[in-house]
Amino acid sequence: MESIQFRKPETVDEAVKLLQGADGNAKILAGGTDLLVQLRAHMIDPSVIVDIKHIDETRELTKNVDGSYTIGAAVAGAEAHERDDITADWPGVIEAWDLIGSTQIQGRASLGGNLCNASPAGDSVPAMVAAGMTANIAGPDGRRTLPVEEITAGPGKTNLKKGEFIVSFNLPAKPSNGGDAYLRLIPRTEMDIAVVGCGAALTLDDSGTVTSAKISLGAVAATVLVVEDAANAIIGTRLEPEAMSALDAACQAACNPIDDKRGTVEYRTKVAGVLGKRVVKIAADRAGNKV
Amino acid sequence: MAKHHISMTLNGEPTEFLCSTRQTLLDVLRDELNLTGSKEGCASGDCGACSVMVDDRLVCACLVLGAECDGKTVESIEGMADGENLHPLQQKFLEEAALQCGICTPGVLVAAKALLEKNNNPTETEVRYWLAGNLCRCTGYDKIVRAVMSTAADMRGDSK
Ligand SMILES: Cc1cc2nc3c(=O)[nH]c(=O)nc-3n(C[C@H](O)[C@H](O)[C@H](O)COP(=O)(O)OP(=O)(O)OC[C@H]3O[C@@H](n4cnc5c(N)ncnc54)[C@H](O)[C@@H]3O)c2cc1C
Ligand code: FES
Ligand code: FES
Repeated sequence: MESIQFRKPETVDEAVKLLQGADGNAKILAGGTDLLVQLRAHMIDPSVIVDIKHIDETRELTKNVDGSYTIGAAVAGAEAHERDDITADWPGVIEAWDLIGSTQIQGRASLGGNLCNASPAGDSVPAMVAAGMTANIAGPDGRRTLPVEEITAGPGKTNLKKGEFIVSFNLPAKPSNGGDAYLRLIPRTEMDIAVVGCGAALTLDDSGTVTSAKISLGAVAATVLVVEDAANAIIGTRLEPEAMSALDAACQAACNPIDDKRGTVEYRTKVAGVLGKRVVKIAADRAGNKV
Repeated sequence: MAKHHISMTLNGEPTEFLCSTRQTLLDVLRDELNLTGSKEGCASGDCGACSVMVDDRLVCACLVLGAECDGKTVESIEGMADGENLHPLQQKFLEEAALQCGICTPGVLVAAKALLEKNNNPTETEVRYWLAGNLCRCTGYDKIVRAVMSTAADMRGDSK
């Protein structure tokens, strides 16, 4: 058992070959904040660990000429948090990422790892989904792009094929009158796992009417949810009380959570509606302030 | 399988060691390099007793593989004092009794130093959030937070 190989490819092709070649049991290492815990607990027993951090593309955070961002799959939360551009454009994405663990965990935790670890409670995921992020995947058949919401297949499972990994993410340019936000509920104030997480991104016109919206819930089903009914409940409105009630109801209706020590089904469902309303309010305030 | 031969800079000194893939940086520091200042409280990233700097980033040494450290610059608690001269944080922790059993202390000091290098005038809330990943079961945190705040004031040259 003990002989795990450790490889650190410098190119995407090399990484794909290593992932493909390993007899079914290669594990990618980004920040290691999930992987090393699982290794230590003998939850996984890989034959090779492939450290992707020596591939430049996985480590770069670039603002492109069109205002969009390319975020390397292995960029650490602390690195993104220090960047004024992305923090100002997409505060919800950055807040969600920043909620992952302590300062020490932030020194390593990546979006690729948070997504591919495939915990239903991964904090960055609903924020990435709401913002319309896509994942750039490399594999034996070349490259493909998938929306973030199509990556996870269930707890601990992704739709990535053998030999595939996420190289980077695309984050669209912030619309001029757009805003985003993420909130989670945890039993304490720091360092805990979300009972419910909710991300929202929306745009307003000059009169304050919502022109587009995307709302996403985490920790209330086996995978992250895109709640179209919640978005439809507020599009074309100025977030009047009736629209907010319809949003609340749509968030609750989308939930299919588990019962555990952190929250019952009823509690999680109710909280999903409450967070939905709060998150939309914050996103709208942010969109309004920027017009 | 053959062990990995790793060269890194540790507390300013070129350092070489051999490790297997499973060994974490914490295992390497404690078991291969006999630097037992960094503690293992949990080995799962929760307690912060193993806090070190890797390439100027605060991380848990228990969540970094030794094999990842080739070419890296690592600073542990052993590099904090300058010979016999304690770092101002270490001195203040002694003066203000900001420790009891001391198990959390090396990690707290490394983490607090990283904070003060980024922000020499943190609010109490900022100190508490920054240190949220450093668990202490003895002090109740107040003395730690106060010692960090008063070190920051001293280092800025503020009079009390
Ligand atoms: C103390 C502590 C507190 C935490 N708190 C939170 C929290 O509050 N919220 C939260 O959501 N999470 C939390 N986590 C979990 C973890 O920190 C995050 O999920 C983190 O984002 C994982 O990123 P990583 O880079 O460390 O991933 P790694 O551990 O390197 O990888 C995680 C998994 O994803 C795979 N993987 C990594 N990168 C890729 C890629 N590019 N393509 C394909 N597969 C890939 C790996 O093979 C592995 O299976 C916490 C963890 C600890 C130890
Ligand atoms: S031993 Fe590393 S965080 Fe507890
Ligand atoms: S002094 Fe004992 S754990 Fe902090």
